[in-house]
Amino acid sequence: MTPTVDPETGDDGGTDTPHALSHPDALESEAVHIFREVAGEFENPVVLFSGGKDSIVMLHLALKAFTPAPVPFSLLHVDTGHNFPEVLDYRDRAVGRHGLRLHVASVQDYIDRGVLRERPDGTRNPLQTVPLTERIQQERFDAVFGGGRRDEEKARAKERVFSLRDEFSQWDPRRQRPELWNLYNGRHAPGEHVRVFPLSNWTELDVWQYIAREGIELPEIYFAHEREVFQRGGMWLTAGGWGGPKDGESVEKRQVRYRTVGDMSCTGAVDSDADTIEKVITEIAASRLTERGATRADDKLSEAAMEDRKREGYF
Amino acid sequence: MSTITSEALAETTLLRFATAGSVDDGKSTLVGRLLHDSKSVLTDQLEAVERASASRGQEAPDLALLTDGLRAEREQGITIDVAYRYFATPRRRFILADTPGHVQYTRNMVTGASTAELTVILVDARNGVVEQTRRHAAIAALLRVPHVVLAVNKMDLVDYEEAVFARIAEEFTAYATELGVPEVTAIPISALAGDNVVEPSAHMDWYGGPTVLEHLETVPVSHHLTHCHARLPVQYVIRPQSAEHPDYRGYAGQIAAGTFRVGDEVTVLPSGRTTTVTGIDLLGTPVETAWTPQSVTLLLADDIDISRGDLLVPSKDAPATTQDVEATVCHVADQPLTVGHRVLLKHGTRTVKAIVKDIPARLTLDDLSLHPHPGTLAANDIGRVKIRTAEPLPVDSYADSRRTGSFILIDPSDGTTLTAGMVGASFAAPHPARDRAEDDGWGF
Repeated sequence: MTPTVDPETGDDGGTDTPHALSHPDALESEAVHIFREVAGEFENPVVLFSGGKDSIVMLHLALKAFTPAPVPFSLLHVDTGHNFPEVLDYRDRAVGRHGLRLHVASVQDYIDRGVLRERPDGTRNPLQTVPLTERIQQERFDAVFGGGRRDEEKARAKERVFSLRDEFSQWDPRRQRPELWNLYNGRHAPGEHVRVFPLSNWTELDVWQYIAREGIELPEIYFAHEREVFQRGGMWLTAGGWGGPKDGESVEKRQVRYRTVGDMSCTGAVDSDADTIEKVITEIAASRLTERGATRADDKLSEAAMEDRKREGYF
Repeated sequence: MSTITSEALAETTLLRFATAGSVDDGKSTLVGRLLHDSKSVLTDQLEAVERASASRGQEAPDLALLTDGLRAEREQGITIDVAYRYFATPRRRFILADTPGHVQYTRNMVTGASTAELTVILVDARNGVVEQTRRHAAIAALLRVPHVVLAVNKMDLVDYEEAVFARIAEEFTAYATELGVPEVTAIPISALAGDNVVEPSAHMDWYGGPTVLEHLETVPVSHHLTHCHARLPVQYVIRPQSAEHPDYRGYAGQIAAGTFRVGDEVTVLPSGRTTTVTGIDLLGTPVETAWTPQSVTLLLADDIDISRGDLLVPSKDAPATTQDVEATVCHVADQPLTVGHRVLLKHGTRTVKAIVKDIPARLTLDDLSLHPHPGTLAANDIGRVKIRTAEPLPVDSYADSRRTGSFILIDPSDGTTLTAGMVGASFAAPHPARDRAEDDGWGF
């Protein structure tokens, strides 16, 4: 914790003088409260963990919320089969280091079994919904933590911290419960579950600032590095066996970093020299594009793309 | 105003605020303008708005589209739910609960105001204070939002006349003060033209106060840190039972009010047992002092039975426990609340069975009149209720503590959140009941 000057009292953060919390402290306290609330009210919670920065911050907050005891939740990763190897490696190391239990639901499995069909565009993000919801049913998870933030996208701006899903994992924006004060209502019928978003009130910049402040390690692909990429739909995609480059697309070596980490087929890199967290923050603060707008092909599909996928049970 | 630069990324404070305004007061435009002029709208969001506006045949980008996220809202051009917006300036981070202004959406306004430190109420300068405005003021007073801003919008349509603004500001301030709103700041603006939202207006030299954004950046946010009763609802008991920590037993929760210090004598409610704070863990760091809204873990001298749902309070400043709760409520569910209704009541971290014993009055926000014994409360109704709980609860008056004076009622059959409740009298200032038929004797 770095001491900060409280702009209102001129207090220099002497820990004994109550003052308004800094915004990272306020957001951290709120997220911890949410984790503890779920631990107190649910039987079988699980944290969606992809090895991306939002889920890494979620895990860090959960560790802090229960210290010195272990995190009382297991982790779940929906593996599209097109994940970055650096990210999978990070995921496995994090699980090992903290002695956590990891469930993996594999999209590839579903494709191999003929339950799901590959899309013509090669994108597998929308295919995650079925493996996710089936695993929730099989394991009887009653609370599922996601790293979704309300600043990401317009439909997400309407999302609750505790978001009730029916037995088909569907989200009905008209059935949402009002959230009053900090009194979260987690009651649900058997078969239903609650999606919980502890980072609801964080922005992309808040997440990065917190990572910097806490000294949290990230997969290397978040920092500038040389990579073989090709251009598709206005984004730099990583060349690889998942479906690129195709005819007419040419591979080149560029200095890039990732702002978000999802499926290789729909997560674009941005040109960047930012090889330290401070440089990344500087770049993001100056960026004129949102995180998803810059890097996510799947959200651009239609004005209501995210709303429709959320209704079906997407994260 | 410039974009945030990295050197200005120092930690700042956080202000949660809400907006309220009638349909067509230009609320979405104000919000869009705040986001746009504070450089919080990024290129792709703006392009999406431009595309959508053009496809609807609108000439200029409709800033309201920045905030209307659901398909039905975009198609009907209305806001049907609370939307949360985020923006920052070098001075402060903001969370905005953007709430719809239709009559039937009282519950959304109550929801937005419940976590807000400040509410911006919009009026149209041509119409002045209307019933809807009085309703918004009443909700701000009811929810005890510490700061209220009256934004008199569309000043461009009244030739930027000071007299128009002054009349509206005076009328509103008198009304809000009567309700017990501690502080009103009136600002003349034009959201469409951008006067006094972010940039000072060139058309209103007669106004010497802050723009809306300047006021949002400077209003104090550290309320009731020290002079409030200390309260910690226990969320979870942390017991590692590991070789390294064989005897650690910590009581985790978010401090709902006031300050705790190592050495404090504390009482556990409802059991009434007392002990001493021997340590405070601030997410892994030992500290001597902690205050609201920090999430902490308290370590206590004695091994007494404490579990989730208990409340830790200073022994010298403990609330009384009661099984009879009297409160003002806003009913937020579609199914009505009736006398005899069996419900669950969630207060802090404790959920208990309860029964609605009586609904003495329904309150009309337009004129604050009381309607005795309505029998039921429908969605968006505000009323007085008497509730009997199955176990004693340590409730505070909502006037003293927004966190420990509030509760929600839940339908035990399907988990629906039914009602938002505020313990104690409705408004700070005693108000003569307008309904002469029967005065139930509550201080409205």
